[in-house]
Amino acid sequence: MANFNEKSKILNPEDIRRCLYRLTHEILEKTSDPKELVLIGIQTRGVHLACRIKEIIKELEKAEVPLGTLDITFYRDDLTAVGPAPLVKETAINFDITDKVVILIDDVLFSGRTIRAALDQIMDFGRPRRVELLVLVDRGHRELPIRADFVGKNIPTSDKEQVEVRLKEIDGKDEVVILEKSS
Amino acid sequence: MSILVKNGHIVDPANSIDEVKDILIEGAQISKVASNLAASAETVIDAKGKIVIPGLVDMHVHLREPGRENKETVASGTRAALKGGVTSVLAMPNTEPAIDCEELVESLKNIIKDTAHNNVYICAAITKGRLGQELVEIGKVKKNGVIAISDDGASVDNDVLFLKALKQVKREDLLVICHCEDKALSGQGVVNLGLTSTRLGLRGISKKSEYKRIERDIKLAESVGAKIHIAHVSCAESVELIAKAKRKGVRVSAETAPHYFALSEEAVWGFDTNKKMNPPLRSKDDVLAIKEGLKSGAIDAIASDHAPHTQNEKDIEFDRAEFGVTGLETTLSVTITELVDNGVLSWPQAITKLALKPAQILGINKGQLSKGSDADIVVVDPQKEWIATKESLVSKSKNSAFLNRRLKGVVEYVICAGAIAYKA
Amino acid sequence: MKAITWEKKDLLGLEDLSKEEIELILSTAESFKEVSTRDIKKVPALRGKTVLNLFYEPSTRTRVSFEVAAKRLSADVINIAVESSSVKKGETLVDTGRNIQALKADIVVVRHGSSGAPAMLAQHLDISVVNAGDGWHEHPTQALLDIFTLKEKIGHIEGLKVAIVGDIAHSRVARSNIWGLTKLGAKVTVCAPALIIPPAMEELGVVVTNNIDEAIEEADAVNVLRMQFERDSETAFPNHLAYFKEFGITEERLKKAKKDIIVMHPGPINRGIEISSEVADGPSSVILEQVTNGIAVRMAVLFLVAQGQEIKK
Repeated sequence: MANFNEKSKILNPEDIRRCLYRLTHEILEKTSDPKELVLIGIQTRGVHLACRIKEIIKELEKAEVPLGTLDITFYRDDLTAVGPAPLVKETAINFDITDKVVILIDDVLFSGRTIRAALDQIMDFGRPRRVELLVLVDRGHRELPIRADFVGKNIPTSDKEQVEVRLKEIDGKDEVVILEKSS
Repeated sequence: MSILVKNGHIVDPANSIDEVKDILIEGAQISKVASNLAASAETVIDAKGKIVIPGLVDMHVHLREPGRENKETVASGTRAALKGGVTSVLAMPNTEPAIDCEELVESLKNIIKDTAHNNVYICAAITKGRLGQELVEIGKVKKNGVIAISDDGASVDNDVLFLKALKQVKREDLLVICHCEDKALSGQGVVNLGLTSTRLGLRGISKKSEYKRIERDIKLAESVGAKIHIAHVSCAESVELIAKAKRKGVRVSAETAPHYFALSEEAVWGFDTNKKMNPPLRSKDDVLAIKEGLKSGAIDAIASDHAPHTQNEKDIEFDRAEFGVTGLETTLSVTITELVDNGVLSWPQAITKLALKPAQILGINKGQLSKGSDADIVVVDPQKEWIATKESLVSKSKNSAFLNRRLKGVVEYVICAGAIAYKA
Repeated sequence: MKAITWEKKDLLGLEDLSKEEIELILSTAESFKEVSTRDIKKVPALRGKTVLNLFYEPSTRTRVSFEVAAKRLSADVINIAVESSSVKKGETLVDTGRNIQALKADIVVVRHGSSGAPAMLAQHLDISVVNAGDGWHEHPTQALLDIFTLKEKIGHIEGLKVAIVGDIAHSRVARSNIWGLTKLGAKVTVCAPALIIPPAMEELGVVVTNNIDEAIEEADAVNVLRMQFERDSETAFPNHLAYFKEFGITEERLKKAKKDIIVMHPGPINRGIEISSEVADGPSSVILEQVTNGIAVRMAVLFLVAQGQEIKK
């Protein structure tokens, strides 16, 4: 395993908070009726971002939108990249997604492969009217024709770099940093 | 032809020698054993730092010829023997057909004369076809040069028949080698009965099936005064029975095999068919008892029970795989590693078990380095280590229980009948 | 979180597994159980992989369960039963295994009458071997689904008291359950007629009794093994009725046990031999749930060994 050093901090807690408010506004603006919205977060950090967005919608619209979680392990196109011991986390979509507008939420958009897997899995749950993708960070380097509908921040990176989203719920603090492979 | 083995540490329990001396061999005999021999010879072997011992006498070997030449032959088996420092072997009669009449003894003798690389003695069957029903003509096979009889692989279940055999053996002054197993008790068993059979879900072979039969054989031998030898002793109860009989003066001797003091039943837990033999590997306590028995003298000899089987007969389901492991090439090293190095036996005690005692039990003039005796001599590097692998073993079959195990003691030279028969 | 790793290409028995590995299978199975509740009961996890069921003994339920599991993982499944294969023509198990490998199958699920047969196969093959029951040795996926069901019902395994009743000596289900349950901290009591209790049983870490009432008195669960009178001439009981009277699990007997005792059975059940119909169909019984859970557990096992094999490469 290569070692990574922290190179720079891209977003601080306040940046992330503002980002999520802006993204929620964008979602609501695009949707005529919040009732047709459902949120699905990709394990693990996508789920926490989805939870926050759900709260913001509640605050702004006084509406409860359903929230589902997705673990894409079984839909990956590579068994090994997971590394030894994938701890498969919960997939729970306890509502009908047919004819809904699904907002698929993840922390970082990179190759697009995770999103491909997530889309396949969503289709196994039903036939949504539309699926839109929300990511906190888009770092480029796509390997599939996939783009995000709502982007918190575009961060052009080199392939030696890595973007890490840290969230309070898991990491104890909110921040987005760029790591660089130490030679 | 003369050979001088110089500066080696000689271990010759027959003559109580355990020190550095030289040996001069002239023709096929030992002509001198002395310190700083000032003799010249055509060949001089410098054995400095090495141990020089009488060639091993392995009294339990399956050479498989005739009939199962795909497993081993007299030629391949005796070549393997030399590599292990074994210069004399007793060939067991469970061949196909079993050695149960003069003609078969005669033809085996011819094979030996033509192809053997060391001294091969013949053990004939007790009963025709080893079926336990009709006795072999014991007097006749003895005249043919057979030195022992055994139905090895089976015991003669019929008490009356076995008693009859013992009486004839007594009259002929022959040795009976007893494979002690009550098949009614061991049944379809394949591993030690107890934790191992329970754990692996395999049928077990009880210790009782062994020692109950030893008990019977001793009793019958005692009643007739015949000389018996108990083969492949594997458990504590057997050692105890033999020790008791010896104290009573019964003419009984016994052997064990290296796997019974080097391995316990846990070795079978991965279903390795190269750990499958009959009797099976026993508990750790039994291993201790075997070592104690060797130390106390209850067990006289160490014999390999060299039982070659082809890969096809071993690379199958555990319960279907053949019983038995090879051992000619590893007996000496395993004894050094497990017994001598660990202080269970001294070098002279070990050589007594490996050479002198088996020769005495069989009544052959081997196992010693006395002046005038046959020049069967082995030079061993006692410190050198090696690992037995399928590639390194020269026996036709590779079913050793000690594959991939680090062993101590490498045979450097084997002199057989006065000629260098093997050189590492 | 403690480190959990699965790096094995095979599943041969629960004896070989650590507590953590067993827990990983169980938690993975939980995720797969969710898949079976969907309308589309299928995930592409093993798409393109081939699972070959090699059964040397007749078995419908285990074979079907593995087949369903493999299909829900999008694997291709091939079934070979002993009658239709070349096994009877004398091909050795290893040769059969090598042929399967040459067919480029990825996982071979093997049921065999000889204890240790899957272990031997695994030694000779690079592809994954899953033990679907070998002789009297182990039946790991059965025990895993038993344990999964218990955990689902009670919430934990540690400290549970589980009685295993029946032909312990000839039961691979019993052995695998003993390994799995004791590793996870359950207390296991085995109960059978004295003559069919194998020697040294206690050394496996279980309590042994011949008294059924004693065995189930404090038990949180009882796993009732199938009695096979036809196969085994060594049983101490001359007939079904005698066995049922002394060891059969009946409502009458359960009255003396804990109220919420769970009754399990690996199936197929012999009504009126080891278990009464009332109990088998009654509220304590989880027999059908075991069948459902078997699929999730086997999906987890197939998924994990496939991954273990990739890592080995």
